[in-house]
Amino acid sequence: MSDDILVSVEDLQFHYEGNPVLRGVNMRIPRGKVVAIMGGSGCGKTTLLRCIGGQLRPSGGRVQVDGQVVHQLNHADLYALRRRMGMLFQFGALFTDVSVFDNVAFPLREHTDLPEEIIRDLVLLKLQAVGLRGAQKLMPAELSGGMARRVALARSMALDPMLIMYDEPFTGLDPISLGVIGQLIRRLNDALGATSLMVTHDVHESLMIVDYIYFLSNGQVVAEGTPDEIRASKDPFVHQFVHAEADGPVPFHMKASAFRDDLLGRGGRG
Amino acid sequence: MADFSSPLRRLGHLTIEQLWRLGFATRFFFALLVYSGTAFRRFQLTLREVYFGGVLSLVIILVCGLFVGLILGMQGYEILQRFGSSEALGTMVALSLVRELGPVLAALLYASRAGTSITAEIGLMKATEQLKAMDMMAVNPIARVVAPRFWGGVLSMPVLAALFSAMGIFGGWLIGVVFIGVDDGAFWSQMQASVDFHYDILNGVIKSFVFGVAVALIAVFEGYDSHPTAEGVSRAITRTVVNSSLAILALDFVLTSFMLRGN
Repeated sequence: MSDDILVSVEDLQFHYEGNPVLRGVNMRIPRGKVVAIMGGSGCGKTTLLRCIGGQLRPSGGRVQVDGQVVHQLNHADLYALRRRMGMLFQFGALFTDVSVFDNVAFPLREHTDLPEEIIRDLVLLKLQAVGLRGAQKLMPAELSGGMARRVALARSMALDPMLIMYDEPFTGLDPISLGVIGQLIRRLNDALGATSLMVTHDVHESLMIVDYIYFLSNGQVVAEGTPDEIRASKDPFVHQFVHAEADGPVPFHMKASAFRDDLLGRGGRG
Repeated sequence: MADFSSPLRRLGHLTIEQLWRLGFATRFFFALLVYSGTAFRRFQLTLREVYFGGVLSLVIILVCGLFVGLILGMQGYEILQRFGSSEALGTMVALSLVRELGPVLAALLYASRAGTSITAEIGLMKATEQLKAMDMMAVNPIARVVAPRFWGGVLSMPVLAALFSAMGIFGGWLIGVVFIGVDDGAFWSQMQASVDFHYDILNGVIKSFVFGVAVALIAVFEGYDSHPTAEGVSRAITRTVVNSSLAILALDFVLTSFMLRGN
């Protein structure tokens, strides 16, 4: 693996209870870039992210992060690697029993011996970066969805990670919050010199901020390219996805027996 | 002919499922012991759980202890006076409490007051991906969340049982000596003469420690193993109460069988 590739996924396969979820995924994520993995619901995007983070063990193939094969690492080495990773969960996953400040301070207190004054300064810097220094004393229940996502973003970059992973960062956000989160992902990635990997199905926001896109369908990479290449793509799947068409390679109707037979009571079930 | 295969299949499936779960619970217990270092190195985490599980259970433990003592005093006096030995009331109340009722009832109360909240808290942390987030931050949720709650329960239980027994003895004294008029000196002196530190009190402490391990383990396991949905968490809480109650009574039978000298 060349030095400028941070994450390399080779022929990755993952089966869940015998059903294939990922069927030989290949991708390379260069350092310093923001890369999106797109696809419809249930196509294996989050599973792929969890394999990269070492939360799931692949059934075949391998994932390398910074030269280390993730699923071959022992517990201590995996945790050492994760200290250099940040992850933003779909709904933030903030610790609900502590304040915004303590949420962002959590990784610093757990992994460093820094005095409380320095931790305070670092937390305020991170909260300032996401525009929520004024919310430091609030509890997570007092935050809106967009604010919770921004606090979670501040927490995920508390230790200045080399890789930040985002699981559906735009889900359920209003257009303003969506734009803010998108810009923050791009700006913070460049400011920290990190690499970002974003799982999403929000096409328009992603095309504005990412450097490269992988399209996943049915557990496989079906298309890839830069935002300009994706916009100009004639690939039927990409076209359907980017233009939000109801029917196409991803059919509107689920596979079933003939409608006429069903109405006449001759159709099979399941 | 009746089809027996379906109920048999269900029974087999249920048995295998329960065995599988028991195996997972055993592995979970070992992992909990292996990752317990944090709970002692950063003892403030465990102390926090002692406060939430133990100190905040004090009111229910003390009030129930008092009522149990009051009832024991009344019932005990009524029975003992038939045999002309009402002065033995102190002995009867104290032995009933330190040997059996203190550890058992305190554990049952702890399971329903603190065990349920531990299960709900861990279950909801799982449902809202907080445990996964912690794991992704390279912080082991078993070491950071589960172990302090487990050890908080184990450490709280003997103290709660002792306080339950003390309050019960006070209740027995109140009803027997103050209201009924049993001799104060006889009440305390007979108790002092009959209650043996090793045989009665220490065995009671051992029981409450074992109950503490069982209840705390069931509470944290049910939370950790719950389905990450509202219904899953609610079922896990129910299982905590049911399994804890059964475990306490079954363990009490086993421990008592081993502890009684039979003379």
